[in-house]
Parts: sequence; C-alpha cells; structure tokens
Amino acid sequence: MNNPILAVERLSITFNHRQTVVDDISFEIHAGETFALVGESGSGKSITALSVLRLLPNNARLNAEAINLHGDDLLGRSEFELCKIRGRRIGFIFQDPMSSLNPVMTIGSQIEEVIKLHFDLTRDALKQRALELLQQVELPQARQRINDYPHQLSGGQRQRVMIAIALAGKPDLLIADEPTTSLDVTIQAQILALLKNIQQQTGMALWLISHDLALVSSIADRVAVMQQGKIVETGATAEFFNQPKHPYTRKLLSALPSMQSCLTHSTEEKPPLLQVSDFYCHYPIRKGIFKRIVDYVRAVDGVSFDIQQGKTLALVGESGCGKTTLGKSLLNLIPGSGRVVINGVELNALTGEALRRQRANIQIVFQDPFSSMNPRMLVGDIIAEGIRALHPKVSLEQRKARVRQLLQQVDLPEDSALRYPHEFSGGQRQRICIARALAVDPKLIVCDEPTSALDVSVQAQIIQLLKTLQQEKGVSYLFITHDLAVVAEIADDVAVMYQGKIIEQGGVAEVLTQPKHAYTQKLLAAVPVLKMDH
Amino acid sequence: MVVLWTDALIYLLIVVMLALGLYLRGKEHIKRPLQQIGSSKIGMISLVVLLFFVLIGLLDSVHFKPADDKKNEIVSLLDDWATPLREHGEKTYSAPFAITLYSKEMMMLADGSIQWGYPRLEFGGRHLDDPETQRIRDILQKGFYGLAQGVGLTGLFMMLYLCIPMLRRGNTVRVAPAARAVVNPSTKAVWLVLFIIVPLATTLIHLSAYYHVFGTDKVGEDVFYQAVKSIRTGLVIGTLTTLIMLPMAIIFGILAGFFRGWVDDVIQYVYTTLNSIPGVLLIAASILMVQVYMANHEAAFTSVIVRADMRLLFLCMILGVTSWTGLCRLLRAETLKLREMEYVQAASALGVKQGAILLRHILPNVMHIVLISVVLDFSSLVLAEAVLSYINIGVDPTSYSWGNMINGARLEMAREPIVWWSLTAAFVFMFALVLAANLFADVVQDAFDPRRSGNE
Repeated sequence: MNNPILAVERLSITFNHRQTVVDDISFEIHAGETFALVGESGSGKSITALSVLRLLPNNARLNAEAINLHGDDLLGRSEFELCKIRGRRIGFIFQDPMSSLNPVMTIGSQIEEVIKLHFDLTRDALKQRALELLQQVELPQARQRINDYPHQLSGGQRQRVMIAIALAGKPDLLIADEPTTSLDVTIQAQILALLKNIQQQTGMALWLISHDLALVSSIADRVAVMQQGKIVETGATAEFFNQPKHPYTRKLLSALPSMQSCLTHSTEEKPPLLQVSDFYCHYPIRKGIFKRIVDYVRAVDGVSFDIQQGKTLALVGESGCGKTTLGKSLLNLIPGSGRVVINGVELNALTGEALRRQRANIQIVFQDPFSSMNPRMLVGDIIAEGIRALHPKVSLEQRKARVRQLLQQVDLPEDSALRYPHEFSGGQRQRICIARALAVDPKLIVCDEPTSALDVSVQAQIIQLLKTLQQEKGVSYLFITHDLAVVAEIADDVAVMYQGKIIEQGGVAEVLTQPKHAYTQKLLAAVPVLKMDH
Repeated sequence: MVVLWTDALIYLLIVVMLALGLYLRGKEHIKRPLQQIGSSKIGMISLVVLLFFVLIGLLDSVHFKPADDKKNEIVSLLDDWATPLREHGEKTYSAPFAITLYSKEMMMLADGSIQWGYPRLEFGGRHLDDPETQRIRDILQKGFYGLAQGVGLTGLFMMLYLCIPMLRRGNTVRVAPAARAVVNPSTKAVWLVLFIIVPLATTLIHLSAYYHVFGTDKVGEDVFYQAVKSIRTGLVIGTLTTLIMLPMAIIFGILAGFFRGWVDDVIQYVYTTLNSIPGVLLIAASILMVQVYMANHEAAFTSVIVRADMRLLFLCMILGVTSWTGLCRLLRAETLKLREMEYVQAASALGVKQGAILLRHILPNVMHIVLISVVLDFSSLVLAEAVLSYINIGVDPTSYSWGNMINGARLEMAREPIVWWSLTAAFVFMFALVLAANLFADVVQDAFDPRRSGNE
C-alpha cells in the first residue's frame, strides 16, 4: 500500500490564463483500491482525470509538481510516449456510451483495434482475445454479438463494450468518468457490480468519477470531494460518510433525498383534478413500398390514473417505458387517444381554438434546462409568452408586473427579466421554466424529469421550490422521474410504468416500502442507498 | 426627375430599412447587439467602407433629364458631377496617367509630314507643354493638392464632431479631456478609415480631371468612371436579387419544415424541379423575353438607359427565382430540427398560435443561416453577373458593370504588352465591396447571437 499507482502532486489547471478550474490538488491512488472523486458539475473532476492523460483542450494550461504513474513522471513524457501509456497502462471509460463508439465499425473490430495497438498478436489470437474480453464484461451471447454494430446494442451493453475496450490494454488503472450516469438504475447496478468484479479479478485500481454520493458509498474504498477546483476532504468511505468534516461535504450529504421521507406525507383524500382513462399512444410502423402499417410501437398502452387536487403523482419508470410520451401527450404535444378530463373538461374531445383556450390548465417543465428556452428571447418575454397568448387583453404594464411577481416567487432577482437564458445556471434556468409554466395559473404541471440534469444540492432546492409553490397555490404535479429517492421526497402517490403500462400504483409509502409487483421490487433493490450507520 | 424601376425599388428598400430602424430603436434586446457592433473595430471599419459604396450607388440612382438636353439622355447625379470625365473619351486604349495612346499610329504632323508613333491623348495630360519633363512633377503636385483637400475636409468634419458635444455642454475651455472622452477605440478606427478613404477619393477626383487615372478602355472610355458607375450595378444585383430570393426561401423553407406532410411535399417538389432546370437556360429565356417585349413596345423604352435598366431588373428577378432553393433547403432542415426543440413544445403548450411560434421561435433561430448565406450570395451574385455577361445574357452590354469590364478586358490579357488596368480596377472595386460585406456580416452575426455576445 505504500507505493501508489498514481500520485498527483499540486496539480493546477487554468483556462485562457484566467479561469482556474483545478486549484492545487494532490491525491494518490493505490493498487487494487477504488478511489472516488466526487463533486458537482463544473467542480473540475473530469478535467483532473483528462489532465493525467494530458488530453486537455488547447486553451488549458497545466501546472503540477508531479504526476507519477508507478514512479514514472508523466509530466516529462512526450506526446509520443504518452500514446503508449494511454489505453495500455491507464484505461478510460467515458460517460456517454452512445457517442463513444464508432457507429460504422463492428464492436469486435473496435476492440481488436485497441488490442493491436498494444500487443503484437496474430489475427486469430486477436479475435480470441476480443471474445475473451467481451465474455469478461459479461456481454450475453458474446460469440454471436462480436460482429454486431453499436446501434444493435442497448445502452448498458454498449457501456460493457466500452469497458471491454478500456480493459483491452490490461491497464493498471481504470478511470471511469461517470460510467453509469446515462443508464437506468437497474443497468447501473449491473455495470457497477461488473466493474467491482473485474477489479477483484485483475487487481487493478479503479478511479471513479461521479456526482452520485449514494453510488460512491456502495462501491468506493476512498473518497475525495472536490469543490470549485479544490479537494476539500479525503477519507476512507466509512469514515467519510459517517463523520463528514468539511461543511461542504455535510451540505452535500444533507441535500441527498432520502427514501425515509416518504413516510411523513399526509394521506388525506382530495377530490380528483385530472382523470385519465384508457390512454393509448401508438406509433405506426410502416413498411414496404406502399408504406402499409404493419405494426404499432405501443409507447403508451392503455393507462388510467387520477391526480388529486394539490397533490403530486410520481410516474416512475426506466428510459423507454413511455413515461415522457405519456406526459407530453396529455398536453396534446404528441397525439394520443383516450379520455382525459381535467377540472370537468374533456380535453380529448377538443381541437383547434377550443383546445388552445384550455391550454392554461396543464403546463409542462422539461428535463433539459438548456434546450427548453428560446436562446434569442429575453427571460421576461419567455415568461410573459403564455400570458400574451392566452390573455391578450392584459396590458403591457400588468404583464411586466406579473413577470416581476413570478420571478420573485421562484427566487430570482427582478432584473433577470432583461437577461438572456444563457446567462443563467442550470438550476436558475429550471426556475425560469417553472415561472413560465406558472404564468398562466395552471391547475396541473407536468414535470418531466425536472431535476435529473441538475446537481444534488440544486436538485434539493428545486424540489423545495416545487413543494412551496404547491402549498401556496394548490397546484398539482405529475412528476415524471426515474429517481426513486426524489419520488420519496416529493410525491403523494406513485405510478410505476413498465413497457407502456402502469403496473403498480398507490400511495407513496405503500409502494416504496411494500412493493407488490416484481419489477417494482427489482427497481427498488437497484437503487444505490447511502451506507450510513445510524 | 426620372425614376427608373430599379431606382424605385432601391428607394423602397431604403424606406423599409429606415422604418425598421425606427421600429427597433426602442427595443432593449436590439440595442445591445447594435452597441456591440458599434464597439467592434472591424465592424465599424467595414461599415464605413460599405456606406461609402452605398453613397456612390445612391448618387447614381437619382436620375433626371438635363435641362439643356439635346440627345434625349437620362443622367444620374453622379454622371452630372462627373460630366467631364464622362465625355473625355479617347480614341482607344491608354495606360493609367498616360499622355499618349497605347499603340502606335500614323500621325500627320503640323508640317504635313507623316510619322509612325504614339499620338498625344485628346484629354489626358493635355495641359502639359513638355510632357517628358513635366509629367511626374505635375502628377505629384496635383495628387498632393487633392490629398491636402481630402485631409482638410476630414479634419474639418472631425473638428465639428468634437466641438458639437462640447458646445452643447457649454464647455470650451477643457478641450483635451472632452476629446478623449468622445474618442473610443472604434470611433478612432472610423476616423482613421475616413482619413484614408476621403483623401484617397479627393486625390483620385482631382487627378481624374487632368489624367485618366485608371487608363482608358478599347473605345477610349475612362476606366475610373466605368468602375465607379459599376458600383450601382453591383449593389443592385446583390441587394435586389437577395430581396426577391429571401422571402421565397424563408417562407417556403420554414413552412415545409414546420408543417411537414403535404405542404412539405409540394414545396420540395417545386424546388427539386426548379433545381433540375439549368439556371442559365432560365436566365437566357427570360432575358430574351424582355428583349422581345421591349422591341414590341418601343414607345415605352425610348432611351438606352431605360432599356438597360429593365434588363437589369429582370436579371435580378430571374437570378432570385433560380437561387432561392439552396437556402430554402437549409432552412427546411434547420426548422425540422428546431420544431422538436423543447421551447417550441413549451410554446404550444402555453397556447401560443402557430403563426406566432413561427415568427417568434423559429424565424429568429434560423436568421444566422439567412445572414451567412445572404452575404455569401451577395458576393457570388456580383461574380455571377460577370459570368453571365460573358455569355451575353447578363446586364445590357451598354450598361456599366464589373462583369462587362472584366469581359471586355479578358481578350486583352493575351496582348503584348498586356492591358491590365480594366481588370485591375474591376477587381479592386469588387474586392473592396465583397470583403467589407463579408467582414461586416461576421460582426453582425456574432453580435446577434446571444450565446456569443459579451465573450470578447
């Protein structure tokens, strides 16, 4: 343990000679251990990993006393020598398995390409080794799938291929930069188990970069927390989570939504606001020269549910289960069929102008705070847009006053109205989106994963804001999410969706503590839970 | 005063731009990008150069019949001011600042003998008694005089510019601090450019009264006058064609991308059909049509300039009709992408009408594409005009254009010694205009993109 695999001393990285993103950090990674670097987005954790392999963008300047890999100083190495270290001695797994693979090469040839770089093997030996790697990462039916193209694999399978590629050089250190962030919970659990398993087989060190504290607590041996380019706290996992020393760490831990909070919700019944029955959303699959409809994609396949006034229904499910489609088609953004009654008005019977007038009843907040606002409009105009469209008689002065009031409600400064969306951070943008939805006094807001693109501490603030607004205005939420911990925090009722159908619904405490359906049980078991001894 | 068709369209364009300027004056989010353009050095320099071209083009767009008209001729303000230049025709080619023709001729001398040599020009350097010794000195002297005029003129303007705000403040004592406060880097750059352009222009004007500063062409016309007159043709082709092309490209492109379905099918069908007809064919056909029409209605087209103008207008129209498809295709693709953006969905969830979505969300977000392709098209249209003139379906051979100048000079490239001045003059003027337009468009595009503004 005394001889670290990787030792970084006093590393600093500056962009454009001004902006310091990594500020004088030092750490060590030992053989066979799992080291987790945790921090919120923009804290400099990915840049730190890239700097070890010297893969920094051109405008970055690196400054360090030493970066030692097994006692070799990487700082003195030329680019040519570093090429032999990348992949051979240090493997790298990126966040997005969708864009990290070349779509026009088979996965087998992509793995072979990497092996060829580092080992001198014959054709057959190469094939054999690629197959071994795919078996090592537990890709089902590896022998047949070795000739598949990336698009034929699911997200989790692609991430397995990425891991196989990273392992191809038999590295001593594997850097995994948010390896599971874009994957579903159940897949995430599998990938983490796989990484742990491979680590035990090969004895390599694993450097995990993540923003997810719960995940880190279940897999890491040592943890370091980064805040604004500085490592504020380092420690063994058990000690770190039980006795956090630094205030920032404590703040992070307290911001985590906890599954226990679901027990405190009131179960008082209220009259229903939205009633959905037998709702379908089918896309035709057309084939042949006449474009005949051969089958349907059943994105939403006959769901029924109610939402009570002033309450929150959480719609839970993995990606591709149809929850977003359902949310958008309730607003008629995607065509669907079935009975939707809100406040006594049957929405599905309306078209054209009549439908437009009823738009004020349901509003939506999207997942991605970056693409959900027109980059060329001022924030004030964005918020006022709904008022302009639905209440054309409201005067300019009244509209401005209303925008000021809305900004205040979502805790943004008044002068935000004259700024552009890109000047705001992700959390602030999400607040603007909430203000835009609130502008027309909706009865129901569909929140489509509003917090999944945000950091934990910001996520906690947004959830708090949503709860406060619910108490003040009595608005109901349809909260679409894949994150069960958030569900526990905000929801009154839960509906679990699987392959277009709702397989289980009920009060939040009931569903989360005594799940009846096998899928719900699996989902709950896969959620990484913070390991804390209370 | 006589208003030609293209004149009328140019006036209309100016009125529209002024109205737009007035309408946008109070808008907060327009003010900021404009301020950014104002503070960009390159932006202001290229704007000054562009305005200089536009000013000449406008002077050349005010047509009237002179009072003492004998030839039933329509002239522009520019022609009127440049009358000596216009009428100082030589016999044939002469080099810049030359005092003799470019080729030898049989000359009858005063004593009746015949000599084989370079005859003196009728106008260029006629005032010199002994050209061999006086010429260089005279050119420098006159050039310096013109330069001094220009510097003096600009200096006077600058004094006025600096004094007016001071007088308004009633503070005439402390000149230096006030001057420093008014002059920021971009205004300094503007003054620098003015101090280059204006003296250059006055020097050329002053010299052109005595010499042919860019030489003369085959029929002895002054090349400097031709190049200046071509500015209007270039600007008209660039702007009017764009004006005709833009609405079609934007409306069709956005509608096809946004509504898809049968609208998309129809529009795509139209532009693929139009695209598969060779553009030259359409242009040749329409130019021929105009000529036949003018021949049949001779009463309405009595003057050469009216005919040339009609042909120019039709050229603009047909170029516009054939060149909108490329931009339309780009806009359709971009709209297809934008309509799936979440802010468009949010707008329709808020009950915003489809027309408003198109205007407020789609249109502003495709404007960068429009701007880029407009500028690229502007330069390529000026060049296209040159190519079309070559196969005789461009502007009227009697009207002035850089295309006609290049076309005329083309054959003389093979001559020994080479006749280089027509081509060079056309190239320099065209290059300055297109470069200024490109640079200015870059700055405008950066300023109106909120994600990039304020980063510099």
